[in-house]
Amino acid sequence: MAIYELNAPKKVPITQIGAIRWLRHNLFSSWINAALTISAIYMLYIVIPPLLDWMIISANFKFGTVDLFGYSIEFSEAMATNNDCGRSAACWPYIYEKIYMFTYGFYPREESWRPDAVFWLTLGAFIVIKLIKKYKHKNIVFLAITIMYPIVSFILISGGSFGLVHVETHQWGGLMLTLVIASVGILVSFPIGILLALGRQSNLKVINFLSTIFIEFIRAVPLITILFMASFVLPLFFTESMDFDKLLRALIGIALFQAAYFAEVVRGGLQAIPKGQYEAADAIGLNYIKKNVLIILPQALKISIPNLVGSSISLFKDTTLVLIIGLMDMLAMVNMTSNDPYWLGRETEGFVFVTMVMWVLLYSMSRYSRKLEYRFNTEHTN
Amino acid sequence: MKQSKSLFSLLSNNEVRGYVFQAVALFAIVFMAYVAIDNLFINIEARSIHTGFSFLKNRAGFDISEFLIDYTPEHSNLRVFYVGLLNTIVVAIVGIFFATIIGLLIGIARLSNNYLISKLAGGYIELFRNIPVLLQILFWYNISLIIFPHPRKSFEFFDAIFINKRGFYLPKPIAEDGFLWVVVALVVAIVSVIAMKRYFKKKHEKTGTYTSTFLYSTLLVIGLPAFVYFIIGSPLHLDYPALKGFNFKGGMVFSPEFTALAFALSVYTATYIAEAIRSGIEAVDKGQKEAAAAIGLTPVQSLKLVVMPQALRVAIPPTINQYLNLTKNSSLATAIGYPELMSAFGGTVLNQVGQAVEILGMTMLVYLAISLAISLVLNIVNKKMSIKGR
Repeated sequence: MAIYELNAPKKVPITQIGAIRWLRHNLFSSWINAALTISAIYMLYIVIPPLLDWMIISANFKFGTVDLFGYSIEFSEAMATNNDCGRSAACWPYIYEKIYMFTYGFYPREESWRPDAVFWLTLGAFIVIKLIKKYKHKNIVFLAITIMYPIVSFILISGGSFGLVHVETHQWGGLMLTLVIASVGILVSFPIGILLALGRQSNLKVINFLSTIFIEFIRAVPLITILFMASFVLPLFFTESMDFDKLLRALIGIALFQAAYFAEVVRGGLQAIPKGQYEAADAIGLNYIKKNVLIILPQALKISIPNLVGSSISLFKDTTLVLIIGLMDMLAMVNMTSNDPYWLGRETEGFVFVTMVMWVLLYSMSRYSRKLEYRFNTEHTN
Repeated sequence: MKQSKSLFSLLSNNEVRGYVFQAVALFAIVFMAYVAIDNLFINIEARSIHTGFSFLKNRAGFDISEFLIDYTPEHSNLRVFYVGLLNTIVVAIVGIFFATIIGLLIGIARLSNNYLISKLAGGYIELFRNIPVLLQILFWYNISLIIFPHPRKSFEFFDAIFINKRGFYLPKPIAEDGFLWVVVALVVAIVSVIAMKRYFKKKHEKTGTYTSTFLYSTLLVIGLPAFVYFIIGSPLHLDYPALKGFNFKGGMVFSPEFTALAFALSVYTATYIAEAIRSGIEAVDKGQKEAAAAIGLTPVQSLKLVVMPQALRVAIPPTINQYLNLTKNSSLATAIGYPELMSAFGGTVLNQVGQAVEILGMTMLVYLAISLAISLVLNIVNKKMSIKGR
């Protein structure tokens, strides 16, 4: 019996390892794929370099310099004209100059610490809620925060008491207004939404009918018609003595609108609760309120959290619509600031800036909601 | 004493309590509605606003830039309503058309095994879905006004397509006398293709022999109308836009407002449609494809007979919902002044007449009707696509 020596193992072909293998498998696995890859690269080549050039490379980050007797002196707003900033690429000093307007609108400058304080307060509240998870009386602390937070925030932003100067709502604007509308909209519409959802699930025919009609009607029409209704028709429903300002009207419209959407989300949660839970609650003799508050809603709300967050994100996107009824949110600030005689014709920079801010906010929110969805989805195996 | 006790025990009866509660709720709502409407009439009188629908017959008195049916400022407010409604429908149809195509392409690209293509599609979805649609509309509108040139320096393509600040100019096809016959030929071709497909399907079910009808149907649908078209002598000519003075005359024009609105709506809605398509295709179990391969179906057959029917069942309902959203979002044209229903009727007419209740009521009813119609379609589709025989 001959003895054969083992051949030395062959080296892996260079096309099957490392970067080349990855390229062959992922980008050039067939002729069609190769063509697609090349056209995608070409598309990126068309879009990305000019965009980078406009935004960064050729853009002006300073007002520019002027050569005076051999010294280069930096322009300030007072010295430079808008045109010194250049028209072929972005002029970012416009954003620096107007950043206050984009953030606070016409809120008095010397009072701007108040919205800031609310911002830090919000952050603080979230941190406290996270920290007290193990604390014995956490429910009391939680309740206190939920009740105190809106009151304190309102007093801080609006003023008029505790020695704070009153700031009227038409002075509110920018990102601050967007956040105020979104958070008030969510907080107010949430309980209404739960009631509507319970109403729609109820056996009482009249309640069921009224809730269904309300939800379906609101969901069928665009938000803008509801905002118009709220700003033109709503004041007519009340006596002259009741004065609604523009912001309050918009908030009522948005809260009612969002309540219908929340109601559908919560109803989805309610429908997912097994019938046995209802029957068990009935069997131990709980009344309707106790049954829902203690047994049904905690479970239903928990499973609808991802969808509630998703719906809140849609609301955040929809708050931009208030500019159509004349509120000065961040988007409205673009036209407002580029109508400034000094900065005429800088809409592009404004829109790009607002788009970036909005995108970062919404993208992080949607990432968060996806994380929640994953955490609450107990079906995944890995 | 006795009576009060029995009344009390009556109240602890669940059914009775239900009726009492409903009666109280109904009373509260009717009362609130009564107070509100009473206030409404007092306020309307105090502000001397007219009531009723007679304003619809009045002269509108303002110009509308785009209309499908004849319109001058001499026409009535009702005419404005129709003009706006038609514009809404046009922008919705155009938006839905492009959103579906972009969404389909992006959704399929997202699942491509080409790394770059799939990442690009993902980037597209993340980018455009996380920017509010109103911001997108305003962005494209303002950008197009800034970067597109004046009419005299228009971007030209083949001397037929011109792009400038005033809009997109395309050649306009104008039908002549015999063109109707081409349409008839097209209808005949489509009907015969359907008949042919039925025949071959029956044959397939009876004998098991499969005949591909793809080639014949393509030939029929394209060939027959083309044949008739040339026999009659090309009864269609193109009206090219041409620069006359300061502006273009002739041809078809899409205003910057319309283009920005349709573009933004399609790009935004496409992200949602793409996600629907992707989740539809991903929902099909891998075993289904393997089973199809195991019984000897070709990849095309497996896609057509096994994967697609199941994927569409998941993908179509959310897609139809997105069509509804797109139609509702078209009302954002108010921000840039494209004269659709909300902008022309709910905006301009409202400003002139001031009868907010009637005008907004009519506008809302139209949107209500549109969404009822779309949910009817959705129900029919759901019923048709639901799994049969289980």
